[in-house]
Amino acid sequence: MEDLEAVSLLTDPVRRAAYEAVVASGSPVGRDEVAAVLGVGRTLAAFHLDKLVDAGLLEASFARRTGKSGPGAGRPAKLYHRAAVERAVSVPPRAYGSAAELLAEAVERSGADAALFEVARQRGRADAAGSDVVALLAERGYSPEVDGSEVRLRNCPFHRLAEQFPPLVCGMNLALVEGLVEGAGWCARLDPAPGDCCVRLSKNNNDDL
Amino acid sequence: MIFHLAELNVARMNAPLDDPLMADFVAGLEPLNALADASPGFVWRLVEDGGADSTGLRPFGPDMLVNLSVWEDVESLRAYTYQTRDHLEAVRRRREWFHHEGVGEHLVMWWIPAGALPTLQEAGERRDLLNRSGPTPEAFTLRRPFPAPRAAAV
Repeated sequence: MEDLEAVSLLTDPVRRAAYEAVVASGSPVGRDEVAAVLGVGRTLAAFHLDKLVDAGLLEASFARRTGKSGPGAGRPAKLYHRAAVERAVSVPPRAYGSAAELLAEAVERSGADAALFEVARQRGRADAAGSDVVALLAERGYSPEVDGSEVRLRNCPFHRLAEQFPPLVCGMNLALVEGLVEGAGWCARLDPAPGDCCVRLSKNNNDDL
Repeated sequence: MIFHLAELNVARMNAPLDDPLMADFVAGLEPLNALADASPGFVWRLVEDGGADSTGLRPFGPDMLVNLSVWEDVESLRAYTYQTRDHLEAVRRRREWFHHEGVGEHLVMWWIPAGALPTLQEAGERRDLLNRSGPTPEAFTLRRPFPAPRAAAV
């Protein structure tokens, strides 16, 4: 399916809410959970979820959920999670991804990691300007998940580039996030996990927020 | 036939190993080697006689460190290199300890029959090939990997 066709499926407000409900969850979710979040019937939720799978925006898997009893307890449930494939639409056509690859390769070859990290840190500082850190990270597509004194970032906004140039792009991202959270009582560090952003935040010990 | 992945990486030091500039790198050697040894898919790494690592071996020049290892596949090596916290942090800081001028490709990989061990001479030739011809099935990089040879083709 073409990118435009796939993305245009998200214009339906209920379907878009279904997509967002799946993406917001850290683990695969079933039809019942999505129906409950949306406040719609299970059949309608299933209809939209399967449309999203057909479009390649979500992927489906099957698993037995624990703790079920009665008729149907042995039947695996259909679960949904975000697809790894990226969709982008630009009008008129723009190719910033290709430009980023060339720039990253040039920085890599010239060994200018430190310059990139410094630029990223300064940009982070400038963009933060006293805003709420978690809201800021959400706005930038990191999908932050607050867990007590830790923030896990469920999405890497630079994923494809980070896969190709890990030391450079993860280092850039760390510096950017460090700049964003500076003085806000959070400490950023590298802590990669599959599918997540490589940066994790933890609360400073002796801060007064 | 089963194939394993041989990997050489080299790094030209900014200062001798006993210089304070290199202290964090040196402090990381033992834990990072232990992490590699315990990583899924790790097969072997070159260790100098009587030593714990290969930092005393300088086949490509007095300031050039070498690391020669064998892994079950590209994904195992990639997971250790870029998806473990401590190693990713170390490669993020690479420019503090090493410089790249005139080094060419710092990492080269190639497939070997499982059970065989690569030599430094062979590794140097693979790196020369990569520098000469770019990534090919005979000498490639993490960013442009090639699949293991098919059993039928051997």
